[in-house]
Amino acid sequence: MNKFFQSLFSGDKLVIGIPYGWFILLVAIPLLIVMKISLSEMEATSVSNMISWVDGFPTLKLNFANYQFIFSDALYVKTYISSLKYAVLTTLICLAIGYPFAYFMARSPKHLQPMLLMLIMLPFWTSFLLRIYAWKTLLVSNGVINNILMSLHIIDSPIAMMNNSFSLIIGMVYSYLPFMILPLYANLSKLDLRYLEAAADLGASPFKAFWLITVPLSKAGIIAGSMLVFIPAVGEFVIPELLGGPDTLMIGRVLWDEFFSNNDWPMAAAVAVVMIALILVPMAILNRAEAKLEEAKS
Amino acid sequence: MATAPKSQTENKSEKEVLLRVEGITKIYDGTVKAVDDVSLEVSKGEIFGLLGGSGCGKSTLLRMMAGFERPTKGKIYLAGQDITDVPPYQRPINMMFQSYALFPHLSVWENIAFGLKRDNMPKGEIATRVEEMLSLAQLNKFAQRKPHQLSGGQQQRVALARSLAKRPQLLLLDEPLGALDKKLRETTQLELVNIIEKVGVTCVLVTHDQEEAMTMCSRIAVMAEGYFLQIGEPDTIYEMPNSRQVADFIGNVNMFEGVVDEDEPDHVTINCAECTHYVGHGISGHSGQAVGVALRPEKIMLSKDKPIGKYNWCEGEVVEIVYFGDHTTYHLKTPTGMVIKAQEINNTRDLSCGLTWGDHAYMHWNDLAMVVLTH
Repeated sequence: MNKFFQSLFSGDKLVIGIPYGWFILLVAIPLLIVMKISLSEMEATSVSNMISWVDGFPTLKLNFANYQFIFSDALYVKTYISSLKYAVLTTLICLAIGYPFAYFMARSPKHLQPMLLMLIMLPFWTSFLLRIYAWKTLLVSNGVINNILMSLHIIDSPIAMMNNSFSLIIGMVYSYLPFMILPLYANLSKLDLRYLEAAADLGASPFKAFWLITVPLSKAGIIAGSMLVFIPAVGEFVIPELLGGPDTLMIGRVLWDEFFSNNDWPMAAAVAVVMIALILVPMAILNRAEAKLEEAKS
Repeated sequence: MATAPKSQTENKSEKEVLLRVEGITKIYDGTVKAVDDVSLEVSKGEIFGLLGGSGCGKSTLLRMMAGFERPTKGKIYLAGQDITDVPPYQRPINMMFQSYALFPHLSVWENIAFGLKRDNMPKGEIATRVEEMLSLAQLNKFAQRKPHQLSGGQQQRVALARSLAKRPQLLLLDEPLGALDKKLRETTQLELVNIIEKVGVTCVLVTHDQEEAMTMCSRIAVMAEGYFLQIGEPDTIYEMPNSRQVADFIGNVNMFEGVVDEDEPDHVTINCAECTHYVGHGISGHSGQAVGVALRPEKIMLSKDKPIGKYNWCEGEVVEIVYFGDHTTYHLKTPTGMVIKAQEINNTRDLSCGLTWGDHAYMHWNDLAMVVLTH
């Protein structure tokens, strides 16, 4: 018995135990609670008990109605698809803008790089909400951009840029771009330039060398950046709320409505669980690809 | 020290010049002269060595041949064509990189095929050529492996196969054996030369290792501070260095400082503090000139008995004995304070000379053993 406790509290187990404890306490248990709520029924102001006593025996009552409703109701399905669509679009645009950005940062003179990194992080010094509101003043019909274009007589009537998918994508790309650039920069700045010289030596033009050497070797950075953008983008609530419109359906807003407007906690919990499942699938695929890359390196 | 394969250089004058470097200068940041007005010619089929310490400009010169660096001044010609401004990916030159630079995400097969695909070679031909290269480098078993799954020696052979796959007119080798341990280096050296000779490609090799240069190259250029100290065949560089710097850089040498006394067409004598040298040939200097006399350790004989005559010997006390197995190097301190190294081959199993620390001994050498250096 003594030995058992000794091995239980030995140093290495304790070290591994801390992150596991953290994970169980702050991820696994809350997630289980959310799942439990999603399978319960709403009773007036509180959630029903899952286990009730019938004739002295405990009876487990599971309510799958919320899930059935989610998959049968066209609105939910449409919202999930539209959420994924905006998240994928945001990820791709961030990648398209972020990759050249990170590439030139990694290639710029060594003494300039800390300053460039600083500039990438600079927006974080201002409140996120403030920055999203700032976009609002730029994009609205009588906002800065429309006013300038009209005073220059380039357009006659204001362009509708606000409360539609355009403003939503602008806001999402703007907010998530640093999360794409930072891992890509970290990866690209470590690229051994001799590989590019070897490619040139073997007859690859700079353009070919970029596609055949630089891009495949930065795959880990692309995956990390895409994960950092895609995952929060799927569940994004604030940006669609402030910059989106009636047509830009996103699951974060539905979640908010279920919780706070309808006060239907089990339904909201079910929506959240399905969302997690939707994110988990692409994440598992990307994770696997990343693990493969790591394996190839060691 | 082994000598280079002679067969390649014997008919040098008749062979056509493949690479011509004319007055190449490379200046970094407007002030640092990495390569200073260097010219050289490499004949077809030659293995030409650039030998020098770190920072002597040998790598910069090689990188200019490959096209990675633009010379500040001068021209590079390949088979008579000016290639000074041709980008690296359009030069019929391939390079084997220091520590190889194998593409980590591609298999051995794909690494070797990389250059062939860039030439838009038909698929069937690529496969044939890659197989041919794999057999040449004895890599058939490893075709599908990734570079990180190979040992250092195998990676080195992949790098060679990749650089030979396009059948370049000129192969550049940047410290080809630098990343291997000593034992592996010796066997790989010969393997490398065998493969290169089989293919018959002209090579320029950069190394800081004089042994590597001696064994592999048909001619060597000794470089320091951006220019050539001497260009010649390995034995010429070793036995007839043209300056103290070359004599000192290649192998071990004992350097006596003296003044020319008798200056005759068939012999000279040189007075040094330690002894008087009798050199059995004429020199370009004159009587009264201060010169250096370079004497290699292996050309000194040791004995306990005083040699006859007044030339070419001196005495000393054994202060250090360095045993190498096949030979032993004795360090002897002369009455003037100079420490002279003498090398004895251990050709019997009993302890040679019977000399030990603190013993008094005599060193002597014959009248053609030394090189008189005027600068």
